[in-house]
Amino acid sequence: MSSPILKLIAQRIALGILLLLAISVLIFAGTQILPGDVAQAILGQSATPESLANLREQLGLNDPAYIRYFHWLGGVLTGDLGTAMSSGQDIATSIKSRLWNTLFLAFWAAIVAIPLAITLGLIAVRYRNGWVDKLISGLALASTSFPEFFIGYVLVYFFAVKWQIFPGISTVYEGMPFGERMQAIALPATALTLVVLAHMMRMTRAAILNVMQSAYVETAELKGLSAFNVIRKHAFPNAIAPIINVVMLNLAYLIVGVVVVEVIFVYPGMGQYLVDHVTKRDVPVVQAVGLIFAAVYISLNIIADIAAIVANPRLRHPK
Amino acid sequence: MLDIKRIPIPALIGIVLTALFVLAALFAPWISPHDNAEIVGDVWEPISAAHWLGTDNLGRDLLSRMIYGARITLFIAVLATALSFSLGAILGFSAAVFGGWFDTILSRLVDLLMSIPTLIMGLVVLSVLPTNLVTLILVMGILDSTRVYRLSRAVAVDINVMDYVEAAKLRGEGSAWIIFREILPNALSPLISELGLRFIYAVLFLSTLSFLGLGVQPPDADWGGMVKENKDGIVFGIGAALIPAAAIAALAISVNLVADWVLNRTTSLKGGRG
Amino acid sequence: MTDGKAKSTPLLDIRNLRIEATVYPPGEAPKTITLVHDVSLTLEKGKVLGLIGESGAGKSTIGLSSMGYGRGGVRITGGEVILNGRDILKGGKEGFRKLRGREVCYVAQSAAAAFNPAHRLMDQVVEATLLHGTATRAEAEKRAVALFKKLSLPNPETIGERFPHQVSGGQLQRVMTAMALCSEPDLIVFDEPTTALDVTTQIDVLSAIKDAIRDTHVAALYITHDLAVVAQVSDEIMVLRHGRLVEWGGTRQIIKEPRQEYTNALVSVHEIEHAEQNPGATPFLSVKNVTAAYGGGHVKVLKNVSVDIYPGQTLAVVGESGSGKSTLARAITGLLPPEQGTVTFDGRPLANRLADRPKEDLRQLQMIYQMADVAMNPRQTVGTIIGRPLEFYFGIRGRERDRRVAELLDEIEMGKGFVDRYPAELSGGQKQRVCIARSLAAKPKLIICDEVTSALDPLVANGILKLLLNLQQHEKVAYLFITHDLATVKSIADSIAVMYRGEVVRYGSKSKVLTPPFDAYTDLLLSSVPEMEIGWLEKAIKGRRMASAGN
Repeated sequence: MSSPILKLIAQRIALGILLLLAISVLIFAGTQILPGDVAQAILGQSATPESLANLREQLGLNDPAYIRYFHWLGGVLTGDLGTAMSSGQDIATSIKSRLWNTLFLAFWAAIVAIPLAITLGLIAVRYRNGWVDKLISGLALASTSFPEFFIGYVLVYFFAVKWQIFPGISTVYEGMPFGERMQAIALPATALTLVVLAHMMRMTRAAILNVMQSAYVETAELKGLSAFNVIRKHAFPNAIAPIINVVMLNLAYLIVGVVVVEVIFVYPGMGQYLVDHVTKRDVPVVQAVGLIFAAVYISLNIIADIAAIVANPRLRHPK
Repeated sequence: MLDIKRIPIPALIGIVLTALFVLAALFAPWISPHDNAEIVGDVWEPISAAHWLGTDNLGRDLLSRMIYGARITLFIAVLATALSFSLGAILGFSAAVFGGWFDTILSRLVDLLMSIPTLIMGLVVLSVLPTNLVTLILVMGILDSTRVYRLSRAVAVDINVMDYVEAAKLRGEGSAWIIFREILPNALSPLISELGLRFIYAVLFLSTLSFLGLGVQPPDADWGGMVKENKDGIVFGIGAALIPAAAIAALAISVNLVADWVLNRTTSLKGGRG
Repeated sequence: MTDGKAKSTPLLDIRNLRIEATVYPPGEAPKTITLVHDVSLTLEKGKVLGLIGESGAGKSTIGLSSMGYGRGGVRITGGEVILNGRDILKGGKEGFRKLRGREVCYVAQSAAAAFNPAHRLMDQVVEATLLHGTATRAEAEKRAVALFKKLSLPNPETIGERFPHQVSGGQLQRVMTAMALCSEPDLIVFDEPTTALDVTTQIDVLSAIKDAIRDTHVAALYITHDLAVVAQVSDEIMVLRHGRLVEWGGTRQIIKEPRQEYTNALVSVHEIEHAEQNPGATPFLSVKNVTAAYGGGHVKVLKNVSVDIYPGQTLAVVGESGSGKSTLARAITGLLPPEQGTVTFDGRPLANRLADRPKEDLRQLQMIYQMADVAMNPRQTVGTIIGRPLEFYFGIRGRERDRRVAELLDEIEMGKGFVDRYPAELSGGQKQRVCIARSLAAKPKLIICDEVTSALDPLVANGILKLLLNLQQHEKVAYLFITHDLATVKSIADSIAVMYRGEVVRYGSKSKVLTPPFDAYTDLLLSSVPEMEIGWLEKAIKGRRMASAGN
């Protein structure tokens, strides 16, 4: 691998870090500088002035905003995410198991969704404009119009209530056997798969079609290559980058899906944790979880960009 | 003029359904059989002649709640879309035509806002803001305007470098002619179809927020909120929560169908003649 | 050499070929259109048949049918394609695969797009040979290197290790020819192989292709819209129009004694009568020592350029891509303010920046573009497009404006019926005419024509040129005519400026510029323009003093 590529990759990562830093400012500003007093919010309207003052002091609310920001950022960088206001628990500890649960769920959803979406995308391209393609496009249109909870509750209604195949509430605990855990996440993982499947498939279809319509694919056909070899030798190497891009973008989309799906199935992950604490207006938790979500999202985007850089022959073999 | 026979069937279905939802929203007090908050029967009564969609978790008539829910859902979604659209399109066009630091600052800010999923940003902001309709519309509108901004800027930048715009500049036309007579008519069709998509997104986003308990607050309820109210019934095999959820899906699909058709129609460059 | 009387079976024998396609006009039911109507042709081994016609003539479609291939929904619905004694249309998919890349190979118009960016050139060049098992890899690569040498590619031993983006367009076109020759096919379909190249590069590629065909005894279908080009390489020429045969004969007969009126029109397309006018005493527009650059002065695209334009006359600016000829137009119009130098108009300097020029100055300089499609707002009717300058410059409105628009439509030889049409409803030539009317509406002293005919078919382009000359006589308007096509220049210019890498290398009246002795670049440029003369190519190559500019 040559140095211009490494330079580009390094640039992209640096840009990502810069972006994350900017996001941290945005999240901090969004929760601290906006109107409304956190102490007031916690204690409610009936709070006495003394207790308000005490809480402000305790939370460091009397310091200027930028000092509080650097204090917070310093904590985040050293793994100290602060304490939850509502429960007084250490946020990092609470997050650890939940993050693992969320990643476990998202992992299985991705494992099913990615190959399925690419296969369906390929089928749609193979039979393009035929009824299979139209059916797939129609379903994709429908499913992008469905709210996540519609898909979720339809699954619960049939699979958990009517047919009682899988549990409708996904209880998981530390040290749960793998089989039981899989049983528990079956429905949320399916819901999550359906949420991203349509998007991923439609974008894969577009990406492959784009490559298939290029002149070099025609050249390959005119050399007498079989349809399979045209795709394998000529279309595929050029389609990798756009497909990776599609996959990464949609994995990022999983993040949004996971929030709703976890609430539907009462699954103890990051999404539910976030929603709970937004309702409780527990600002430190919201900041920490928001930042983690943003970090995951930005990392996925960086991976997509790097894949595109590495797969580009113009960059791999400069003039 | 518009000939009904020439509208394709999917678009026709979309138009009819969308019109039904809009009519229900407009005339809610006159067509709903019961009042929004009136308790008319037992909890989660099944579908019957008296209650066409059954009753909800407090024994209120579900059909009436659905009709009033349409009103709130559409009202907020329309206002949020209008806000995101006017904000995004005006800033996007201006950025494209004026360029310079104005463009740079706005574009970087939008990049930043778009580097986190909208729902996450929305949740973060809603954790500190008071929960009321105005906040909701502002948050939804502003967060979503980033997408409109990107699109309208991109469209306008593309048009701005076309030879016919250059020809107008060479003729000595002013900015107003260039924006309103040269760029706008050609930017309209992608923007109109985007309008449909933004509206669908606003409906879905609002429903999601309400479902998570952060949107419309009780006793009022939009469709997302109604899913939340009735979701506990699902485990008992009561499908009340599925009805508002399905309504959201139906609304989104119908608007999608209409937007699709409008896009196809307006991209034809023969003034709608053949 | 096959004896004409022996009448061995021809290599390719196409009989009553009928090709159809289904089109999907938006908002209408799909319909089937016929692209090729019962065309027949035969081609002997080792011979070259030129297929010539305007866009939509069906020439590429016929060429590809010899490989059983139809682009995007195109179907062969009737007739026979007999190759090496068998009807390939009966062979099915498997049969097509066996002949493609082995018996018949294809050279595309844009080699840059036709090579896969992800693979090295050598792998792509030998791919078909290896696939059909006609040689081992080592043999195939040896053959490829020999072909690279024959096609005069630089570094023939190592060029195969490069990726497509590392090689120039003219070279890629030759590598593609090597790719087609590598599997030693019986027939090669050349589909406009030199059209996308600059004229000085075209002659090299053309000569390389011709030598390669001669030395390998391969037969070829040579598809192009340029009769002068095809006359250099073909034994026979077939003229096509709207998917039908117009005329088919030996090359000499077609270009010297065409029997059909259409062929005659194609042959004499560049013969426009225009007597050169002597430059007057004072030019009304003078460009003096103009230097201009893009990117804040980093990329100098115009270096110290000076030209004069005389009232009612035509100055042609000729050059290849990258010569700075379009930039000169941008500098004159004020779109790209010059860094140094001045543009004087009627004896007073014009403001450098467009924004600083008064309306009257803008009116006097009008512009016509290469792509008429994008030079008109697709949402405005012809009436609005032509009427706007009338309103804008002269404040003419209402009925008076409509009357003037009708007059202008008359002048460009289009009827009143076009007033309510949208640009999408016009043909390419009509679009360009409307653009001309729009610039005339301003009653300017100068119209800048930027490659206005290069996107048009030759006959349509010819009509536009004649119109421009007529209008010049009536309206006394001057033209700054920017083009890469010397044939056009010869037909309409009064004076000529030859540009090369941002500089004017030769400038003067037409007769002076086109009379020897030439400087090296003008000589190269002039000698590279194909002439409708058999044997021109060999003569031109022999007489060259400077290597092609594009390589």
